[in-house]
Amino acid sequence: MPESLLAVLDALPYLLEGSFITLVVVLGAMGFGFCLAVPLAVAQVYGPRWLRPLVALYVWFFRGIPLLVFLFLFYFGLCTALDINLSAFTVAVVVLGLISAAYQSQIFRGAIMSLPEGQLKAARALGMSDAKAILFIILPQALRLSIPGWSNEYSIILKDSAVTYALGVAEIMARTHFVATRTYQHMPLYAAAGAIFLVLTWLGIRGLRYLEEKVRIPGYSHHEF
Amino acid sequence: MEEPILKVEGIKKRYGKKEILRGTSLSIRRGELKILIGPSGAGKSTLLQCINFLVRPDAGRVWLEGKEIHHAQGRELHHYRQQVGMIFQDFNLFDHLTALRNVEIALVKVRRMSRNEAHDRAMAELERVGLGDHVQKYPAQLSGGQKQRVSIARALAMDPKVMLLDEPTSALDPELIGEVLAVIRDLGELGMTMLMATHQIAFAQALANEIVFMEDGLIVEAGPPEKIFGCAENERTREFCSKVMELYTDNR
Amino acid sequence: MEEWLYIQNEAAPALFRGFWVSVQLIIPSATLGLLLGILVGILRVFGNRAVSAAANLYVTLFRGIPLIVQLFVWYFGLPYWNIYLTPFTAAILGFSLCSAAYHSEYIRGALLSIKRGQMLAAHSLGFTRTQTIFSVILPQAMRRALPGCGNEIIYLIKYSSLAYMITCIELTGEGKILASDSFKFTEVFLLVGACYLVMTTLATLLLQALEARLRLPGFEHRSF
Ligand SMILES: Nc1ncnc2c1ncn2[C@@H]1O[C@H](COP(=O)(O)OP(=O)(O)O)[C@@H](O)[C@H]1O
Ligand SMILES: [Mg+2]
Repeated sequence: MPESLLAVLDALPYLLEGSFITLVVVLGAMGFGFCLAVPLAVAQVYGPRWLRPLVALYVWFFRGIPLLVFLFLFYFGLCTALDINLSAFTVAVVVLGLISAAYQSQIFRGAIMSLPEGQLKAARALGMSDAKAILFIILPQALRLSIPGWSNEYSIILKDSAVTYALGVAEIMARTHFVATRTYQHMPLYAAAGAIFLVLTWLGIRGLRYLEEKVRIPGYSHHEF
Repeated sequence: MEEPILKVEGIKKRYGKKEILRGTSLSIRRGELKILIGPSGAGKSTLLQCINFLVRPDAGRVWLEGKEIHHAQGRELHHYRQQVGMIFQDFNLFDHLTALRNVEIALVKVRRMSRNEAHDRAMAELERVGLGDHVQKYPAQLSGGQKQRVSIARALAMDPKVMLLDEPTSALDPELIGEVLAVIRDLGELGMTMLMATHQIAFAQALANEIVFMEDGLIVEAGPPEKIFGCAENERTREFCSKVMELYTDNR
Repeated sequence: MEEWLYIQNEAAPALFRGFWVSVQLIIPSATLGLLLGILVGILRVFGNRAVSAAANLYVTLFRGIPLIVQLFVWYFGLPYWNIYLTPFTAAILGFSLCSAAYHSEYIRGALLSIKRGQMLAAHSLGFTRTQTIFSVILPQAMRRALPGCGNEIIYLIKYSSLAYMITCIELTGEGKILASDSFKFTEVFLLVGACYLVMTTLATLLLQALEARLRLPGFEHRSF
């Protein structure tokens, strides 16, 4: 067997362990981002007038600066300045989550705004408070419409998670590079890492498509927004 | 004379420079079916939506059973809206819920009924509008007439004291109009108080207690159907009525 | 006061140097990426089966694999085959190839959205296929693809920071060095972040202006 293949096979279990960490980072970040993004989107669409520009400001800030800069800023800067001791892993999840919240909020906002105005009116006409109407009528529909956007966001965060290697998070990229510098089998190992990412992307997109199908409203045609 | 169940006075609404409602007043007594007619753009929808504050009037007062509604306050507003049913021209069923859940949801979330109680009530209302067999369908799987009947069931389940109906049949294909009008007629016979905007002249003629003709944000004339359709005082009323009647007879 | 002196005497010159390197990375990469993206987009839509399959494979790979892995391939991987690139060249190569894959997606969508009648009309006037593509279809498609491609350029500005990971010392790299020397991580990275915000905001405004200038009456953008 060629040496390169052996190196890859040898490293494979180690890299797959890394995939697990990658997935935890990605899912953690998406979950955290989701929890932030929903209120952000609702605030931007239905919130008081003074709040809307603040959400826009948040989005502008977190979409305008590179992930790597945020990682350094939080890990080396803010954590030290504020004297909080967070692991690289935690910082990675938080930073990816804060950035993802900016993007996800815009996905949800688009979805909310694409719903017909009558949905909110009908809910109000039944005596629902705006909070109830948003919670029980608007969000269930908007979140369904957001799944394709989510799928996109997943593949972006998955790839971005490789950047957390810069903080030493032991995900796929870090492990690949570590093995590569010791075995000098750079090319085959990077190819393997690339393949793992392709598989993870594919799996995630399949999973979300399955979810989309699963929660699809019968007869309802999703219009684009 | 009996006190009106719903009374509105001096409702004004403007969008930008354009005055849509110019101080409209009307009142409905218990069990009455009052029909609002007028050309498109007259302000009928705006008036109906102002009555339950889906559109905020710039001025005007509203009383339900003699009690004035101060619409600025949340809880009172939500309570008031529960007592005023609203039927929209384009149904506005909740697209992500089955017919049954559409009727149940406000019972559970707003009136805090138990799921079981809400289920039974919703089933009863859906059967009443003739949809007992379609309760598990989603809005996109129902015909227009069926959708509008679900929306009527949804409003009825809240035990409204008054119903506001905004052209409930205008979005329907001609062959589906009858089934919805039949439901509304039955409601009237059971004594439901209703204020309805419509162009269904024959229906209005046969069943309305009073016809209100509106134009340019003002009530031009009101009276029993025989008077409005037969010998209206106002020139514009006569013009409008003859035009709609012509259209209606053409359709037959 | 001390802070100010630090910024004036040490931070500003270093960050400016880094900023300049970043610009030198971004502009050629954006240009090359866009041109290559247009080419790939055209090949995917109008190429024969083998060509479009190859182009599709390229796009799948370069969109699916993290940019940082790609950069490592060009910089640390190629020496495996005895090809040595400078960090700067490797960065530009990596950015352009990755960016082109994304651009080609928008361009492909836009090309497909142009009505068939346009092609027929051009043929009926005696245009060749290539002439039709370049003088009739592409000018329309580019307008539709512009918002997406513009977004991609904004992404590129941010991803240019990854050049630091293959030892090409640009804005982020200069920031890292400065901060490690002075331990003023928060201040330095806020400054670095501000520089990127200026770049991304400026680029957004420029692209909006460009979109407005190229807008044709009645030729609305439809999402596709
Ligand atoms: N949200 C709104 N913004 C601006 N103008 C409106 C709005 N809603 C209604 N209008 C205007 O108010 C007028 C009356 O509308 P409407 O009440 O729907 O009339 P009708 O139901 O009698 O046809 C129309 O000219 C319409 O254009
Ligand atoms: Mg109307």
